[in-house]
Amino acid sequence: MATATRPLDERVRKTGFLRKLLNRPELGAVAGAALVFAFFAVVAGDRGFLTSTGTISYLEVAAQLGILAVPVALLMISGEFDLSVGSMVGAAGVLIAIPIAEFGWPLWAALLLAFAVALVVGFLNGYVVVKTGLPSFIVTLASLFILRGATIGFTRLITGRTQVGGLKSETEGSFLTALFAGEIGGVPVSILWWVGLVALGTWILLRTSFGNWIFGTGGNAVAARNVGVPVNRVKILLFMATAASATLLAAITVLDAGSADVLRGELREFQAIIAAVIGGVLLTGGYGSVIGPMFGALIFGMVSQGIFFTGVNTDWFQVFLGAMLLIAVLVNNFIRQRAARSR
Amino acid sequence: MTTTKMPTSTPLVEVQNISKYFGQVIALKDISMRVGAGEVMCLLGDNGAGKSTLIKTLSGVHGHDEGKMLIDGEEVRFNSPREALDRGIATVFQDLAMIPLMGISRNFFLGREPTKGFGPFKRYDSAHADRVTREALKGMGIDIRDPSQPVGTLSGGERQSVAIARAVHFGAKVLILDEPTSALGVKQAAVVLRYIARTKEQGLGVIFITHNVHHAYPIADRFTILKRGRSYGTFEKSDVTREEVASMMAGGEDLENLSSELAEFERTDREEAKDRHDGKRRTRET
Repeated sequence: MATATRPLDERVRKTGFLRKLLNRPELGAVAGAALVFAFFAVVAGDRGFLTSTGTISYLEVAAQLGILAVPVALLMISGEFDLSVGSMVGAAGVLIAIPIAEFGWPLWAALLLAFAVALVVGFLNGYVVVKTGLPSFIVTLASLFILRGATIGFTRLITGRTQVGGLKSETEGSFLTALFAGEIGGVPVSILWWVGLVALGTWILLRTSFGNWIFGTGGNAVAARNVGVPVNRVKILLFMATAASATLLAAITVLDAGSADVLRGELREFQAIIAAVIGGVLLTGGYGSVIGPMFGALIFGMVSQGIFFTGVNTDWFQVFLGAMLLIAVLVNNFIRQRAARSR
Repeated sequence: MTTTKMPTSTPLVEVQNISKYFGQVIALKDISMRVGAGEVMCLLGDNGAGKSTLIKTLSGVHGHDEGKMLIDGEEVRFNSPREALDRGIATVFQDLAMIPLMGISRNFFLGREPTKGFGPFKRYDSAHADRVTREALKGMGIDIRDPSQPVGTLSGGERQSVAIARAVHFGAKVLILDEPTSALGVKQAAVVLRYIARTKEQGLGVIFITHNVHHAYPIADRFTILKRGRSYGTFEKSDVTREEVASMMAGGEDLENLSSELAEFERTDREEAKDRHDGKRRTRET
């Protein structure tokens, strides 16, 4: 800072580098990820955690969550929740699988259908939230159940079962399969999708007008509207983005496994919110980043795979996840109070 | 309408006999007021007098039911705050002016972000935003340390000042300030009042809403006093004293009753304190 060259204001406290770092929303998640990595490197380092296979396995788990966490974090910064992303993953998977398996659609048409339906669902979520003024927590809680129920109902109606399999023979060799479920140099493309989305999300949030509107919408919707920010449009677009990311994840998992399951994506909505919160996104909106949730997802991936490598019963994973969430929220509260403290 | 009211020049904003109803409630009835360039018009009134309704009408939050609103002598009717902004009427609301967790420069340009580049590479120009924010605030006498620091770290007076500077920077001709000093301490209020004076010097019209006569009197050119939705009258500063304004605003009798009540409170407080003091001494003695 250039404070040294100017006459020092008596109200200004000199802020050190460390203090500035503490004000970054990502800090907690980065430190947490480093800690978790160090822990498993020591405990499970000799059991495969540090090998390239081990690394890719936890990165892949992190990527699947991280893809959802990007738009979920942006939506949370704008002040809203989307609890329906998990159900959307299941619904989109079935929307891709059934047309191919039952009606002989080409893969591209099935993907198009899934993304189109997702955008409509996202739009409806957003539209209902902004028009009724109801908390998005409630509105999307309703869509969580509606979507999941409809997915199960339609799938059983059409196929008689709750799983749709045997897609491999139809989708193998397609360019689209490589795009969503291929590998580049041994690295699953899902990891590249994740990194790419994080870069895109960060660009949007910090380097575009739309990003500024996201912060403004979540920080104070009335004030933002008063200066001309299209608050409703911002929210609806972000709801559409979360649904689209759920469909992307569905495409990745369906094409990778060659099958769809109506229950796929369960609890993903909460895991994505956990990743965002661990990543420093404020539950009440107006503050956060996309980089932070990336590290949140990384922690999730490292712990879930790391526990497997240590040989500890994986039942304990959820205990750890819950504890992490609580700590993250406490840290975030502390940081926010510092940031918003007025003299 | 009659031009005899304002012989010198056309006022920037003028309302004539405006009324506003909310169902059965008469929120405003036959209010007339005007503000010209380089003038501070002070809108005074107790809680519930209709100040908020009047400024919401002026700033486009809701329309009026009767009467006329004129901008530069031309009759208008606003359907949204954006329309009022486009006509040069900017409103700085007391609590809703700034977003505390956002940086100063991002707040400053919220809704009107400067961009550089083309097509998909069009991006928010943060360097430009920071520089302009710093200059605009310097022009108003505030030297900020770091344009990216959250607005929440500024004091209340500075926050109001940033909001005013923003309105001025984006070409406001008329500034409506809703209770800009009411939540502030004495020194902070002075900062904001100095700002308002500077805004006036720059040739803007200012409508200053307050219920604090001591803040209003030094910088106002004219007072319009609202009472229970009606205008109690408009007075030039040269015609009235501070005490007269205060008394008209509160209603003279009410104020007198109040001062005798306060005297009564003071007396009983003194007695109680004395009793407590005596009691304490007595317990210590035993």
